[in-house]
Amino acid sequence: MRNPVSVAATGIVSLGLMGVAACGSTSGGGPTAQAGPITIGVSVSLTGDFSGDGKALVQGYDLWAHDVNAKGGLLGHHVTMKYVDDASSTTQVVTNYQNLITQDKVALVFGPFSSLLTIPASTVTNRFGYAFPEPAGGGPSVFNRTPPIHSLFFVQPAPVADNLVSFTQWVLSLPAAQRPATAAYATQDDPFTQPQIDRAKSLLEAGGITTKFYKVYPVETTDYTPLAQQVIAAHADVVLLGTQEPDSVAFIKAFQQQHYNPKALIFTGGPDQGKDFSDKVGAANTEGVMVPAGWFSSAKTPGNATFVSEFIAKNGGTPGGISQDAAEAYSVGEVVDQAAQKAHSIANSALITALHSGTYQTIQGPMAFDSLGRPNGATFIVQWQNGVTVPVYPTSSAVAQPEYPKPNFAG
Amino acid sequence: MTLVLEAVIFGILTGGVYALMASGLTLIFGVMRIINVGHGALVILGAYLSFALFKSAHIDPFLSLVATMPAMFLIGVVLQVVFVRPLKDNREALSVLVTYALALGIEGLLGFIFSNNLVQLNAWYETSSFAVFDFHIAYVYVFGFGLCLAILAAMFVILYRTDFGAAIRATMLNRTAAQLIGVNVDRVSALAFGIGVSTAAAGGVVFGLTNAFNPGSHYDLISRLLTIIVLGGLGSLRGAVIGAVLMLIVEDVAAVVISPVWANFVFFVILVVVLVVRPQGLYGIRVRERI
Repeated sequence: MRNPVSVAATGIVSLGLMGVAACGSTSGGGPTAQAGPITIGVSVSLTGDFSGDGKALVQGYDLWAHDVNAKGGLLGHHVTMKYVDDASSTTQVVTNYQNLITQDKVALVFGPFSSLLTIPASTVTNRFGYAFPEPAGGGPSVFNRTPPIHSLFFVQPAPVADNLVSFTQWVLSLPAAQRPATAAYATQDDPFTQPQIDRAKSLLEAGGITTKFYKVYPVETTDYTPLAQQVIAAHADVVLLGTQEPDSVAFIKAFQQQHYNPKALIFTGGPDQGKDFSDKVGAANTEGVMVPAGWFSSAKTPGNATFVSEFIAKNGGTPGGISQDAAEAYSVGEVVDQAAQKAHSIANSALITALHSGTYQTIQGPMAFDSLGRPNGATFIVQWQNGVTVPVYPTSSAVAQPEYPKPNFAG
Repeated sequence: MTLVLEAVIFGILTGGVYALMASGLTLIFGVMRIINVGHGALVILGAYLSFALFKSAHIDPFLSLVATMPAMFLIGVVLQVVFVRPLKDNREALSVLVTYALALGIEGLLGFIFSNNLVQLNAWYETSSFAVFDFHIAYVYVFGFGLCLAILAAMFVILYRTDFGAAIRATMLNRTAAQLIGVNVDRVSALAFGIGVSTAAAGGVVFGLTNAFNPGSHYDLISRLLTIIVLGGLGSLRGAVIGAVLMLIVEDVAAVVISPVWANFVFFVILVVVLVVRPQGLYGIRVRERI
């Protein structure tokens, strides 16, 4: 006959071991037994071509962490952000997330800047079962994976390839007498910029706008002068450029040098960097420049006014100078917070399940994700007017009329 | 045709900038037989010194060279004495490691002081231009090319019209023989290193006026500069100038005629062809050393 004391002891020890296992697990199955502090790991581009955007992401993430901790933490867990520099490198970003997960054993991860870095990073995080909400990787190749990844969530209103659709709709809606007849395109060979330009080109060509020039250039290009010369030589009415900040600045300076003033000029990235962009090209040269956006500082979205005032209090500057990247990073925290509330858990598996359903309110507006993590909204077009960016199209989002034709660059 | 002409003109103007940067690098190799892998970082350091003067005292970038070139000369002399001169064994190989470490140190220091955000030098002549045929040339390229010619002319005068220059050339030809005839090769090396680094300050100003840069910009720069001096011939000033101009013309014309994607490839094809025909580069000297 078995000793009842030893049976009871065995049962108590087993229950105790199960409890300890439940306490130690924060990245797998169920909720934690107690709300201890957690670390959220992020690989950000503090150096390299994306360093300006990386800094803006840090500002957004930090502000969210501050706000969520002020409300008691992420489901009661005090949040500490841990940043590691990926130097804008696709190999370093992989190393960073591997180290964050396996060595630092962070509870959660947030995404880096750009589709270029998001793709390799998400492969790593998916392998370890981590949810991967990310602010800046929305190119088609981010979602079209084999096998498909279901742990990634692109926290912007629309998939990147559609970013310039609103611009094409505006151009084609112009009266025939004002509508541009020709267009020139140049884009980085980049999964963020090229899909946008290619989609816009096909839409404008279908609408009767003749393509005078189209060129794809390597991401590693440092001398943009020959390329700018070719764009200028095309003498197109409207110019669409697939750029990040450094090349957007280089093109504007080249256009100034050559006294070239297209009727409309839009970039996929660069002019959305607020004061950082206007300081580099000069405030007078921003007038009329367009860029797609999912956020602007005076948008009447939940929490946006508070975000703007807190951002300025912490970092200085003006509302118009806030980088869109900062708002996107802040939104990542917002969706994770709401998903955690919904799932009553910060376990990665629970967050992944929660994020695949429902609508999440962010400073960028409402957001919902499909099975591949694509958002289902639309972006709008902002234009620099009098030193600030204002939404100009579609009319439902516009607070000002588009300036057309674009004023000439300052001398 | 106009585009090709534009590309050639811009290739010559921007080639002058790279010639200025490469001249210091090839001079250092010629005197000391070491590859200064940190030269790109020193160019960026020069750009940041001018940037700091511009931001703090609104000093014009070209005028700032009055202060930055002597400062960089002193920095170069100190770096040579402290880090390069002590290398005795395996000098050529170790110098690559040492100068790379210097580059990383400079990058880290600049990142700490200035952050890693991209910056650019600004001046009225950066975007102002004048008409040539039916395109415009920005004044910054013309001023930069003029600076390049002035500094290279000064270097030629020093090398070929002064006793110090004769000592440098003697050291470049045969270090041991130069010692035997009484040349203080250590002093010559330190001063030549300083001259090479001071030209990096000048190159940095023009680079900073025509490109956005941050502390990490030296990686791309040093790879291009090394390619130029290999094409032109290691240790040859004339080769550095010709190599730089040739490289930029080829790249710019290829970008216009073919595609920007093929620009670098076309240049490297030409480099390989030249090295197959003349392994010492366009103006390099083939030296046989007794073992």
